[in-house]
Amino acid sequence: MTDSTQTNLTQEQVRERIAQRLAGRHRVEKLFRSLGIASIAFGVLAVVVLFTDIISKGSGAFVQSAIELRVHYDQQVLGIDKVDDESLAWANFEGVIRESLRERFPEAQSRGEKRELYSLVSTGAPFTLRDRLKANPELLGKTETVWLAADDDVDTFVKSLDDSKEGFRGRTSEQKAGWIEQLLDSGELKKRFNTTFFTNGDSREPEQAGIRAALVGSLFTLLVTLALSFPIGVAAAIYLEEYAPKNRWTDLIEVNINNLAAVPSIVFGLLGLAIFINFFELPRSAPLVGGLVLTLMTLPTIIISSRAALKAVPPSIREAAMGMGASRMQVVFHHVLPLALPGMLTGAIIGMAQALGETAPLLMIGMVAFIVDVPGGITDPATVLPVQIFLWADSPERAFVERTSAAIMVLLSFLIAMNASAVLLRKKLERRW
Amino acid sequence: MNTMTLDAAADTPTSGKAGPAQPQAVEKESVNTRTKVRETVGKPFCDNAKLRMRNVNVFYGETQAIHDVGLDIGRNEVVAMIGPSGCGKSTFLRCLNRMNDTIEGCRVEGEFTLDDEPIYGPRVDVVPLRARVGMVFQKPNPFPKSIYDNVAYGPKIHGIANRRAELDEIVEDSLRRAGLWSEVKDRLDKPGTGLSGGQQQRLCIARAIAVSPEVILMDEPCSALDPIATARIEELIDELRKNYTIAIVTHSMQQAARVSQRTAYFHLGHLVEVNDTETVFTNPQHELTEAYITGRFG
Repeated sequence: MTDSTQTNLTQEQVRERIAQRLAGRHRVEKLFRSLGIASIAFGVLAVVVLFTDIISKGSGAFVQSAIELRVHYDQQVLGIDKVDDESLAWANFEGVIRESLRERFPEAQSRGEKRELYSLVSTGAPFTLRDRLKANPELLGKTETVWLAADDDVDTFVKSLDDSKEGFRGRTSEQKAGWIEQLLDSGELKKRFNTTFFTNGDSREPEQAGIRAALVGSLFTLLVTLALSFPIGVAAAIYLEEYAPKNRWTDLIEVNINNLAAVPSIVFGLLGLAIFINFFELPRSAPLVGGLVLTLMTLPTIIISSRAALKAVPPSIREAAMGMGASRMQVVFHHVLPLALPGMLTGAIIGMAQALGETAPLLMIGMVAFIVDVPGGITDPATVLPVQIFLWADSPERAFVERTSAAIMVLLSFLIAMNASAVLLRKKLERRW
Repeated sequence: MNTMTLDAAADTPTSGKAGPAQPQAVEKESVNTRTKVRETVGKPFCDNAKLRMRNVNVFYGETQAIHDVGLDIGRNEVVAMIGPSGCGKSTFLRCLNRMNDTIEGCRVEGEFTLDDEPIYGPRVDVVPLRARVGMVFQKPNPFPKSIYDNVAYGPKIHGIANRRAELDEIVEDSLRRAGLWSEVKDRLDKPGTGLSGGQQQRLCIARAIAVSPEVILMDEPCSALDPIATARIEELIDELRKNYTIAIVTHSMQQAARVSQRTAYFHLGHLVEVNDTETVFTNPQHELTEAYITGRFG
């Protein structure tokens, strides 16, 4: 076989031929390498652009303009003479705020001017005063200085002043803009850390809107998802990998699990709507149903990754245990599972991260409703972070733009934290042998 | 590795040290015609048998790996199984504690008895069987646990030791018998996977004898070890013979000659010859055995 080449070509000729091709081979190699680097650079660039955009838009939401007012808790204006739950419920705190605003800017005389003046402060400000009075009943009849949240138009205008001298006035009248600048100059209007964003639920008023309800909703939903999908997924994976005979049926099941992983998530939402809500009559908009739907969605991910983790356990360990007379279950639980667990947990966390970011199926089961209260359990109406982002992105108020981005930042930081914990967990639990 | 099959040996002219290529080709043909009706030569059976196997046939799907093998393994005897790669000696060994059960598509036929009790059958539980018939594998495979836990695992799952002190005693005794105690007594809590290859294999032997088996099956226990570690294991096997019945599969004919009392030669799924080890290596009865031990193939 090799005789013909040996007789026809001398060693020099062979070497020459190799040398001829060498330059071309190096060129292709270089090209391939630079292609790889270019792809990575593109990916990194996309991530950088995404993050700068979101952070530059969203960082504003972590501060909120507030106005310093001297408030007199006047019994007459409030219309109460003692502090209890009943009187607080109908006390006229709005009047108190209006009083102090008129005091601060006495030049506002006409009805229109006064309306402009009153709209400096958030419509949620009376509740702030109510809470303060409830906490300190002795304040009744006294005067104190309070920082009250400014209206979102004011907030937007103040924040836009950072970018341009004119600023974005929007609906704000010239007179109101003048007052705002006056307050800014005197230090009575300041941007303070926006605790409301983390302590409140959703609201139609941007300055009162927060992500707490959505966060708690997400937490409940994920807890339900984790509690169901991890045990079910791991049990299914163990059965398929360690017990099930390899025949046509198990092949069919395997193919279908892989197919299930590729089903669009909205389809799972429709399924959840038809089965859990219409048939089983579980409550709408509830984390329970959301968790069930997301369980269906993450199960294939967990099963596939768990099976891969089980497959990666060397068969010699199984043989050793079996040779000792361990039963199948002992082999699995004493030897295989401890070695496969890091991989399973990684798969579960990645599945959870996927579930955390999922929106479409939850829209179908009503988690898109406008829900202000923080849910207290898995059957309370709730919304989740990505749906909250979707809702805010839809809202017309300009101040919701930065809140949308801020909520995205919170969601992304949770996702990054989860993925990082998956990596750390795997590093920590991985056993070498 | 010198693991050519008979066919390959016959096709390669350079391997004909022992004789010209021509007679070998003839021999190959005559062998093939004879395999169908071959009887085992020598002494496959004995009176004092611990394990009895009769009419054993093993199939992997459609292929038959073992053809009608009958063999006895006597009490406190070391039986070595030799033969070229793929001759079925490992498959046969794994039948003895039903390790083949887990292999998809593997079918075992024939009579197997351990002390006249059946090994196969609907009413036989493999868990106590494997406690009686232990196994040491080709590649040392300690659990990724501490040395102590490796040895204590068997007694724990079978509930042999009731108290911690009893378990400690079993662990120490097993490690002593495996000749490992002096080397590991100060680091019983260190992972078994951190030991050297030879130590790991002795740990696996200690693990196997910790449940006081009656038979130990060894599937090429020294093939992954260096000569010094091999020598230690061989000494150990000789030592263990006093208490256990041992069946060992080996690729090394020298090893078979050193450790065993009887040797079984397998060829293409047939048990060709079984005899006292000395007889097999000095005066083989079958021409295939002779061809193998003189290195004409294998």
